[in-house]
Amino acid sequence: MKCWGFCRMNEITQGLYEAARLIFSLDSDLLEIVGLSLRVTLTAVVIASAIGLPLGAWLVINRFRFRRATIAVMNALMGLPPVVVGLLVYMLLSRSGPFGVLDLLFTPTAMIIAQVIIILPLIASISHQTIRDLWAEYHDLLISLGASRRQRIMALLWDGRRALLTAMLAGFGRGIGEVGAIMIVGGNIDHSTRVLTTAISLETGKGNFAFAMGLGFVLIGLAVAVNLLIHTLSRTERASVW
Amino acid sequence: MLQTRLAPADSILPLTLTGAVAKVYGKTIAGPIDLQVTGHGTTIVLGPNGSGKTTLLRLMHGLQRVRKGSVTWALPDTQARLRQSYVFQSPIMMRRRVADSIAYPLILRGMPRKQARAKAIEWAQEFGLGAALDRPAPVLSGGEKQKLSLARALISGPDILFLDEPCANLDGRATREIETLLARAQAGGTRIVMSTHDMGQARRLASEVVFMLGGKVHETGPAQDFFNGPKTPQAVAFINGDIVE
Repeated sequence: MKCWGFCRMNEITQGLYEAARLIFSLDSDLLEIVGLSLRVTLTAVVIASAIGLPLGAWLVINRFRFRRATIAVMNALMGLPPVVVGLLVYMLLSRSGPFGVLDLLFTPTAMIIAQVIIILPLIASISHQTIRDLWAEYHDLLISLGASRRQRIMALLWDGRRALLTAMLAGFGRGIGEVGAIMIVGGNIDHSTRVLTTAISLETGKGNFAFAMGLGFVLIGLAVAVNLLIHTLSRTERASVW
Repeated sequence: MLQTRLAPADSILPLTLTGAVAKVYGKTIAGPIDLQVTGHGTTIVLGPNGSGKTTLLRLMHGLQRVRKGSVTWALPDTQARLRQSYVFQSPIMMRRRVADSIAYPLILRGMPRKQARAKAIEWAQEFGLGAALDRPAPVLSGGEKQKLSLARALISGPDILFLDEPCANLDGRATREIETLLARAQAGGTRIVMSTHDMGQARRLASEVVFMLGGKVHETGPAQDFFNGPKTPQAVAFINGDIVE
């Protein structure tokens, strides 16, 4: 029977229903997948932020020979194809690779490593742009007060913390929705490395569109919830000009 | 009254400029300048727009690179840097609360945060900012911002304080408050070097005058001598309110 395009609409509706059913029935498999998705992405965001935020600030306040080139490369790496990152990490962590001895392939740790590589340029680049504006404002004051380079970086990161949250959330957004790299290095192993995106990919491949759609809605809901939570905790949009 | 100086014994003064030249994109914007700042009191830097007042202050404070000549202190630069302060014409407000902004220079110098904040609260109250302690610094009024800048500049007890037209955008009342605070700082032992356009303010505060013209020190000397008997026709014209080029 010809469905004139409404079959897909029906699947979307069914997807919403599936999402609600999975959430309200506290499906154990879903909780496990959501838990792992959050664990992998949040850990990657924390690690990438710990490196990327100071790196962005450091690039702002330091002048060196290849600074412009470094910034240009960093900006270009924001569009790093996840599949390529996945392949690279796979080769590095595979048994015959240089880090094969660590036995990390097809573990959540490998997925975190891949996500850090994908997220890091994004966080460093956005934080660099944010801090550059703040540095233009603070430059004379911090030099005048005799702040050391480390103190300047700390002041810029602290005073720009609300704007830098955007960089972290962008990193989270990229990480939580990423599938290519973690599929390759994680392997989508049930009860081990399966996360929301890889589960959606699997269910789509099996033709379970409604279920895949349901997982998709859960993923979107999760991303929105984490964003809201972080905005609420950090009190953005409340503290006047900050 | 709050003690502005921490260690009056080993001062970083005198400050000596010897043939100091400042350039921007290869073009000389000020200099060569020969000048010495010693002892106590208030030096007022006067001159028309573009005469090099701000550049002179920035050269002395180290915000402007010396391209030729030298700017030297009695103590090594690393020590001198931490014992001088600068108040900008447009106050730079950190995105922090008032008390935290005032405490910041002390934290930079290694004072524990709690102790620094307690001292900052005391200073904020002394500077008339007691009611604004927990307000974000960027939302203060123009006068309050300049008071905060002054408190932040003085809390570390500098030997010398540079001010670049600190009252340029303030009304009479706010200007008077700033002048009172400056007088107290000077009485507390801080050497003051300040640029201004306001001839009345210069007469009220100056113990010494540096008259800048065309990026050079055109005339310098005790305030009384400068105002009562200027040596050059340009200085006479400037004091009389005529246009000087």
